[in-house]
Amino acid sequence: MHFEGWRAWGPALRMSIVSWLLCGVAVPLLIVFVGEALVPAHAQGSMLRGPSGQVVGSADIGQDWTSPRWFWGRPSATLNPATGKPEPYAANNSGGSNLGPTNSALKAEVQANLQAFLAGNPGVSASQVPLDLLESSGSGLDPDITPASAYIQVPRVARATGLPAATLDALVAGQTHDGLLVRLFGAPFVNVLRLNVALARTEGAP
Amino acid sequence: MGLVGAFLVLVVIALAARPLGRYMFKVFAGRPAFGDRIARPVEALLWRLGGVDPDEGMTWKQYFKAVLWLNLPMALISYVILRTQTHLPLNPDRQGVIAWPLAFNTAASFVANCNWQAYSGEQTMSYLSQLAALVFLQFTTPATGIAMVVGFIRALGQKTDTLGNFYADYLRALTRVLLPLAFVGSLVLLAAGVPDTFAGAAVVHTLQGTTQVISRGPVAALEAIKQLGTNGGGFFNANSAHPFENPNWLSNVLEIIMMSTLPIALVFTFGHMVDAQREGTSQASLRIGARQANVIFGVTMTVLVACFLIIYGSELGGNPALHSALGVRLAPNMEGHEVRFGQALTALFVNNTTAFTTGAVDTMHDSLTPLAGGTALLLMMLNAVFGGKGVGLLNILMFVVITVFVSGLMVGRTPTLLGKKIESREIRLATVAMLIHPVLILAPTAFALVHRIGTSSLTNPALHGISEVVYAYASAAANNGSAFAGLNANTPFYNVSLGLVILIGRYLSVAAMYALAGSLASKVPAAVTAGTLRTDTWSFGWVYVGVLVIVGALTFFPVLALGPIGEALSMHAGMWF
Repeated sequence: MHFEGWRAWGPALRMSIVSWLLCGVAVPLLIVFVGEALVPAHAQGSMLRGPSGQVVGSADIGQDWTSPRWFWGRPSATLNPATGKPEPYAANNSGGSNLGPTNSALKAEVQANLQAFLAGNPGVSASQVPLDLLESSGSGLDPDITPASAYIQVPRVARATGLPAATLDALVAGQTHDGLLVRLFGAPFVNVLRLNVALARTEGAP
Repeated sequence: MGLVGAFLVLVVIALAARPLGRYMFKVFAGRPAFGDRIARPVEALLWRLGGVDPDEGMTWKQYFKAVLWLNLPMALISYVILRTQTHLPLNPDRQGVIAWPLAFNTAASFVANCNWQAYSGEQTMSYLSQLAALVFLQFTTPATGIAMVVGFIRALGQKTDTLGNFYADYLRALTRVLLPLAFVGSLVLLAAGVPDTFAGAAVVHTLQGTTQVISRGPVAALEAIKQLGTNGGGFFNANSAHPFENPNWLSNVLEIIMMSTLPIALVFTFGHMVDAQREGTSQASLRIGARQANVIFGVTMTVLVACFLIIYGSELGGNPALHSALGVRLAPNMEGHEVRFGQALTALFVNNTTAFTTGAVDTMHDSLTPLAGGTALLLMMLNAVFGGKGVGLLNILMFVVITVFVSGLMVGRTPTLLGKKIESREIRLATVAMLIHPVLILAPTAFALVHRIGTSSLTNPALHGISEVVYAYASAAANNGSAFAGLNANTPFYNVSLGLVILIGRYLSVAAMYALAGSLASKVPAAVTAGTLRTDTWSFGWVYVGVLVIVGALTFFPVLALGPIGEALSMHAGMWF
């Protein structure tokens, strides 16, 4: 008889409040506080410091590199949250282009990315550019590019910075992750911000 | 190489599911289980606070009503928090007011374990809303789902008047399964690099001299239960494609394992529970439950792997239309993809998140190649390739009942399920439960495609636009929550219609299944004779797959032909829209 008519509401109401205190308040708070105590660096978002010691970004979050003297990341379709206008790598408004494979807007987007890349990297032909430099990422914040996409930029960065190509090749090789586990469960990658921080360190070194 | 990795992950999932299923059986059968010494006193306290006697049995009607009566106040708590977040603490980024259609849609979608998101997390939700409104439901709704299927399974054993106590099953699902796994899972993800902080967005000055605002928050606290509970509602707009929700290959693999293991484990829980209820009878030696569970596991796993291979193959093939139009490489699709996950594990994530109705995404499904997106769509239309927490197994058993009926007609034997006679009442109820799903997907899709309030939200033209709308309603009806996110769903029409489809999809089909449970519970299992059509055999299992595919394909084939299949043909012909 406990569960008939209006009496059925008693346990339902009491149980939902008990559940809320347990699952909506106590456990999430516990996870956050234990997490901040155990791995504070990750907990804050893996912030990365540059050559002069100041925070220059998060190692997990890609940035909009446009100057020829830095390695570039992937195209990003994010929008400025206030204006709704395109703003690549808006890390407070993640998202992809959501363009379908037969949408002519996709063709236009890839074509624009291709032209921009070819203009900045003379001597490279369309069929040489890896697709991750032409097609935009899912989050719009992808921090990585493929190793091939890093090496193809070396001539441009060498010209712009005056560093020898061999030095830059070595920098890319040092930032390439392609171990067995990465190849099994992911894909080889280069973190663009880490690569550019390493580049800045090399330039600063005597 | 990536294919090997994907199969290794599948093997880990399959190996973990068996012991987990056995453990859950012990928990729900009230037998001695790991962790009793800590959990028993906690549960005793919670039962006293909740005013529940865990040993008081409920009839099928009482059990199902308790589901509704518990879910309603929980949805209201969430709705109120979402509507008042500007007056509540933990809002460092000063998120604004949430309008009622969006708050309704969100509360409905999270209470139904769907986690459809018509909003962008980092631009809408305060940290308090993320935790106290959304994580709260991400814990309680899979617990509700597990309890629903546990109650149903009790109808399949002996003749019985009651299906157990819903609140007891619900609470045990929390204290013994979801809370401990999510706590450990959150810390593991945190160690893998997922942030977890109450600090507001970080403002950084980049090497190139610009400023970047980086949203963050208590992400790890949400991420584990988001996957474990087959919820899928992300902290950020880009969901598990966002580097803070899913920073590397390790977190990606962990998230796939978390979302996939529990729904498979429930199949084994089902087998053990049926056998345990028949202990001490003449049928005990048959171990019919365990055999049935093995057959369901084997054939469903086969479908799962087949769908994965289609998705993977389609993505590897890339976009030939782009290649011929622009002279770029014909290489695997990267639009909407993240570099760090690789093609194989991205495809596995797409496959499992739609098969297990999680709805988390680590790539933008709208930009998948047509057959990959179409397969994701098909998995939600079938809704029984393991499916979500609890509800997936209910759908599997519904298709088993229909297969029993079809094959009984073919061979002229009395249809039985685990010894219980399937008669016209059971068939009618299973058919009703089955038909709700296609009606909920196809009827609103048809309306949205002919009316401006539906079509004005489309961002992709022509055939892909059809896929976009049918994907939204399939995701809502299957309580999946993933999206072809180009569709602007934050309009009053989509918020309300999708919210209603979500609620009906969750509760109405379960109501029909609970009526079926009541009917099955009242039957005495008959002895197995030479004239019995056995359902615990592999030949029955393959017939089951045939029925699943034919019913799924015939119901949805026209719309699949108009959407993904038509688009695949167009893409290979180099057509643009």
